[in-house]
Amino acid sequence: MADPKRREFITKLAQGAALACSGGMVWGYLLSQQAKASPTAIRPPGALPEADFNARCIKCGQCVVACPYDTLRLAAPGENGAIGTPVFTPRDVPCYMCEDIPCMQACPTGALSEELKDIDDSRMGLAIIDIENCLSWQGLRCEICYRDCPIKDKAISIENHPRKISKHAFFVPLVHSDACTGCGVCEKACPTDEAAIRVLPAKLVQGEIGKHYRLGWKFDTEITQDFKPGEEEDAPAVPSGLDYLNEGTL
Amino acid sequence: MSIPDADVRLGPNGRPVRPFVMPATLSGRLRVWRHILARRTTQVGMLLLFYGTFHWDWALFGLPVLSGNPSASRLLDTVPLADPFATLQILLSGQSLESTVLIGAGIILLFYGLLGGRVWCAWFCPINPITDAAGWLRARLGIRDSFHISRQLRYYVLALALILSAVSGVAAFEWVSPISMAHRGVIYGLGLGWMALFGIFLFDLVVLRHGWCGHLCPLGAFYGLLGKLGQLRVAFDKPTCTHCGECARVCPEPQVLNFKKAGEVGLIAPGECSNCGRCIPVCPEDSLSFQLRPMIPNPEEKGL
Repeated sequence: MADPKRREFITKLAQGAALACSGGMVWGYLLSQQAKASPTAIRPPGALPEADFNARCIKCGQCVVACPYDTLRLAAPGENGAIGTPVFTPRDVPCYMCEDIPCMQACPTGALSEELKDIDDSRMGLAIIDIENCLSWQGLRCEICYRDCPIKDKAISIENHPRKISKHAFFVPLVHSDACTGCGVCEKACPTDEAAIRVLPAKLVQGEIGKHYRLGWKFDTEITQDFKPGEEEDAPAVPSGLDYLNEGTL
Repeated sequence: MSIPDADVRLGPNGRPVRPFVMPATLSGRLRVWRHILARRTTQVGMLLLFYGTFHWDWALFGLPVLSGNPSASRLLDTVPLADPFATLQILLSGQSLESTVLIGAGIILLFYGLLGGRVWCAWFCPINPITDAAGWLRARLGIRDSFHISRQLRYYVLALALILSAVSGVAAFEWVSPISMAHRGVIYGLGLGWMALFGIFLFDLVVLRHGWCGHLCPLGAFYGLLGKLGQLRVAFDKPTCTHCGECARVCPEPQVLNFKKAGEVGLIAPGECSNCGRCIPVCPEDSLSFQLRPMIPNPEEKGL
C-alpha cells in the first residue's frame, strides 16, 4: 500500500527541511553575532541610525576612497565593529569636516544620508571630558581642545570655574551636545598620554532628564495639577515682559 | 591521421579516441594555458584597478579609475556598478536604496546577463584562484571525496540567503561572504579575514572537491540562474567529438558537459557553466570553442 517512491520523496523533503532549518539557525546565529549594531563605532558624517546604517551599508568603501584625510577605514574581520563597514578612530585621524562632505557624496546606497546638507549638522559622536585627567581641571591653562575645535564657542566653550577665595579660578572646557559633531579633532589634539577628551557615540554617553522633570527656573511654564508625565508640552505663549504679579491676575 | 589499430577505441563518430597530450614546447603550453592566464589577468587586474585607485590615486582624464570594490563601485567617477545579489538582499531586508546603487546593479545584471552569468565566477571572483589552487593541489595529492552532496544545494543556500535577509533585517550573505571578505581584504586590509579564506581552501582541498564554488556559494548560484541567458557560450561540434572525456576531467562543473544535450543544441547550455575555458584547449579534437550564441549554428537546422 505504501508507495516507496512517495515514501522516499517525503523522507527527502523532511531531510531538506531539516537541513534548511539547521543551516538557517547557524547562519542566523552568525548574523546575530556579527551584524548587530556596534554601540562603540564612530561612523562617517550623515550615517543613518546604527541599525539602519548596518542594514543599508553595502561595504564598498567608496567613502573610504573619497576621504581626503585617510580618516575612514573599513572595519576588518575580528576587529571590534561591524565587519566591512566604515569607521574611524579620532585619536588616530579625526574627521576634518570637509564642507562638501565627499564621503557622503560617494555613498551609493544612502547609508550616509544625503539629507545632511551642512557638515556642522552631522552627529558622528559626542565629546566627553574625563575631568580627573583633563589638564584644565587641574588648574593649568591648557584649553587645546577648545582652540582646535572647528566650531569653538559653540561645541566647546571655556567656562570660569571659581574655587575657594585663596585659590585662582579654573578655566575648564565644556562640551555642548547641541553643536558638537563628534569630529574628534579635540581628542586628537588632547596632550595627555591617554586623551582626556574623547568622542563616543552620543547614545552611549548622553543621559536624558525625562519629561516629568520641570525646571521651573528655566522654562516659563504654568504649573498645573493635571500634568501627566510624558505629555509633550509647548511653553505657553506669554508675551515677554508680562509679569503676572503686577497684572492682578492672581 | 594514422590508420587505427585493432585495439584502438573508436568514438561514436567512428574516429579513434585520442588522449590529450600536453605539448612539450613552451609556446604550446602557453596556448593550452591561455584561458587560465587570461583569467588570472582579469582577476588580478580588477583588484589592481581598485587597489591602485585607492592607494595610488590612479586617474584617467583626472577622474578616479575605479573606486570602491566589487560590492559597489564607480567607474571613472561616473558609471555606478553594484553587485545585484547584495543589492537584492539589502532591498529584501526592508531598506530603501538610492538610485545610484540600483542603476549600478542594473548595469552589472545586464553585463553578466549578456555575457553569461558565471563569467563573474571564473574571470573576476577573488575566491576563484583560492579554490583553483585547492583543486590543483587536491589532484596532485590524489585526495578523494569523503562524501557527496548535491550541487543543487547552492540554490537552497541562495533561497536561504534571501529569506534570512527578509527575516533578520540585514543582508544575510553579505555579512558572512568570504568573497567580499577577500576583495575587501585586498583593497582595504584583511584583519582576520584570512581565516575564512584559508577555511575555504581547506574545505575544497580536504573535504569536498569544488566544494565552495560548485556546491555552496549562493552568489555563484545567483549568477548561474542568470547564466541561462548568457550569449558567450562554449560551442560544441558534435561530428568531431570522440567522447574521450578529457573536457569532463578538467571541468569544475562536469555535469554541464552533457554530450547528448550539447549535441542537440550545438553548445554547452546550462547556466552553471562558468565559461572558464578549461575544456577548450584540452580537447584533442578541437570540438569545443568560445562563440557568441547567435553565431553558433543549430545542428538540427543543419539536418545532422
